[in-house]
Amino acid sequence: MLELLAQAPSDTFFTHSPEWGWLIVFYFFLGGLAGGSAFLAGMLDLFGVAADRSMARVGYFIALVAIAISGPLLIIDLNRPERFWHMLIQSETGGLMVKWYSPISIGIWIVSLFALFVFLASLGALAELGKIPEASAALARGWLGKVIAAVCLILGLMLAGYTGGVLAATNRPLWADSPWIGLLFLLSGVSAGAAAMLIFGWGRTNAGSVAWIDRMDIWTILLELLVLIVIAATLGSLLGPLWGGVWGIVLVVGVVVIGALIPLLFYWRPRLVGRWSIPTAAALVLIGSFLLRAVIVLSSERI
Amino acid sequence: MAQQSATPAATTAAPPSATPAGGTPVPLASIPPASAYAPPGAFPPEPLGFYTDTSVCIGCKACEVACKNWNGLSSRNGGVNTLSGDSYDNTRRLDGQHWRHVKFIEQFSEDRTNGRWLMMSDVCKHCVQAGCLEVCPTGAIMRTEYDTVVIQADVCNGCRDCIGACPFGVIDINPVNNTAMKCTLCYDRLHRGMEPACAQACPTASIQFGPIAELKQRAQARLEQLKSQPRPESRPEPRLYGADESFLGGLNAFYLLDDEPEVYGLPNHPALPSQHLPANVGLAAVGAVGVGLLGLLGLRKRRMDEFAAEARAEQISDRGATDPGMTLGSDEEAPHA
Repeated sequence: MLELLAQAPSDTFFTHSPEWGWLIVFYFFLGGLAGGSAFLAGMLDLFGVAADRSMARVGYFIALVAIAISGPLLIIDLNRPERFWHMLIQSETGGLMVKWYSPISIGIWIVSLFALFVFLASLGALAELGKIPEASAALARGWLGKVIAAVCLILGLMLAGYTGGVLAATNRPLWADSPWIGLLFLLSGVSAGAAAMLIFGWGRTNAGSVAWIDRMDIWTILLELLVLIVIAATLGSLLGPLWGGVWGIVLVVGVVVIGALIPLLFYWRPRLVGRWSIPTAAALVLIGSFLLRAVIVLSSERI
Repeated sequence: MAQQSATPAATTAAPPSATPAGGTPVPLASIPPASAYAPPGAFPPEPLGFYTDTSVCIGCKACEVACKNWNGLSSRNGGVNTLSGDSYDNTRRLDGQHWRHVKFIEQFSEDRTNGRWLMMSDVCKHCVQAGCLEVCPTGAIMRTEYDTVVIQADVCNGCRDCIGACPFGVIDINPVNNTAMKCTLCYDRLHRGMEPACAQACPTASIQFGPIAELKQRAQARLEQLKSQPRPESRPEPRLYGADESFLGGLNAFYLLDDEPEVYGLPNHPALPSQHLPANVGLAAVGAVGVGLLGLLGLRKRRMDEFAAEARAEQISDRGATDPGMTLGSDEEAPHA
């Protein structure tokens, strides 16, 4: 082992893996999806027209469900899950536990505040639909609705991107070797959020909203592909050990072809496989987004 | 924090009292000074650490045994007996149950007629700028009054961020209590004025314990001694690793190496995790602004398209009103908005 280390392509190869496995991959995927859909919903609420409100509601509901699943995933992944609250409250003093220079510490506050505001936005949306008492509709109207939408928009982007910062603030191969992971996760999160909104909003919401979400997905997929190319081009001698095997195949086939190129083709030719082209493309984007997290997390974990 | 000179007599000798603004006088004797919290006989608070001279390590593993013995660490390896395949190394690496690890490096020719052994007792480096301490989101990892880095097992929740953050691969989860663990530089022994168990057990003084400033002087003298000795031209010069501030502000457990750091499994330029953050966060922030602008432009274009369509429809309807004979729906007839 020491002989191999002596020829390691980067100082990051001397470290131990934190063993962040499939639970963290699922969380990174769902967190990105939640952040992306809340960002898009906030955009529609703040800068769209009244007809966009139905799609915005879909975005908030998706974000709420995704973040509700994310929380337990994060807790279960801890080796001492009963101590999850130590990240929020200092166990010795009872004070707030905030370390601005620790991405996980900042991230846990982003997740908590995001969950709160998406919950409020969803309450307003449910009241609008008559599912809960009318009083809660105030959360979706007037200045209060705008404030909640703006917070969801900003926290959504932070949630989609901070997980890249968590990986960067290590000394692990790939994560610490490339500065592009945060941007890649942010773009992929917005793309996944758009795809989920297309699946659940397709045929039920305003056609103009669907068209805008569709265009946002196209743009973010293209940018995501560009960033992936930059990462691969700048990894140099790390490329072989990281992506020379099965993870390289998953990246090319699962992320690039199935998760990006085929959906782009379907978005470009919406009648290619009949009326289901757009939802099919969106479903493939979700698969690609999940596989992207798996490749980024697990290809480094295996070294 | 801890003061070796603190005695109970010193805290009770003065009888005066203090009067807080508008309050009842409080006898000063009832407020112990900070030094009173130091256990009697503790080392005075100054940077303490290890200087490991690998040139005299004989690979006896007494340090590993003493560490496990004092710290109550399991030596059963979960009941699994495996051979590492790495020479006489049978514990493989530092982790939650192995806070000392003796590395065996064989440098032999193909026919094994010529060569040498390199041995090194590895341990947590107690970095002056510690990556593990930096990223820990629970505050479980603290810096002590001896400038050492200690994980508080009762606070750690096992998020494992510190494991990937450590540039040396020191920390891991201890399967017994399921928290991240590593060398404490025998913090409990320091509070009793005892040197760490590994240093005490080392039979060749390869592991030396003491104030960092003094250890650096010893290491420098030994380095000069080794450099003055004849050695094959092909063999790299001996060097100190972590004794200066060239990385991580210096290491409170530093080494004298007889070869390149990589040969011993040590990174050449270990980095703080936060050094990777500015570029990553900066690019993500630019991306966030860019995606937001893309969204705004998309919504604006959609609105402009709608306005254009409405204007076109209005004009066609106006023309229809003034010219009843005109037919609707022809694109050629509609003016461009």
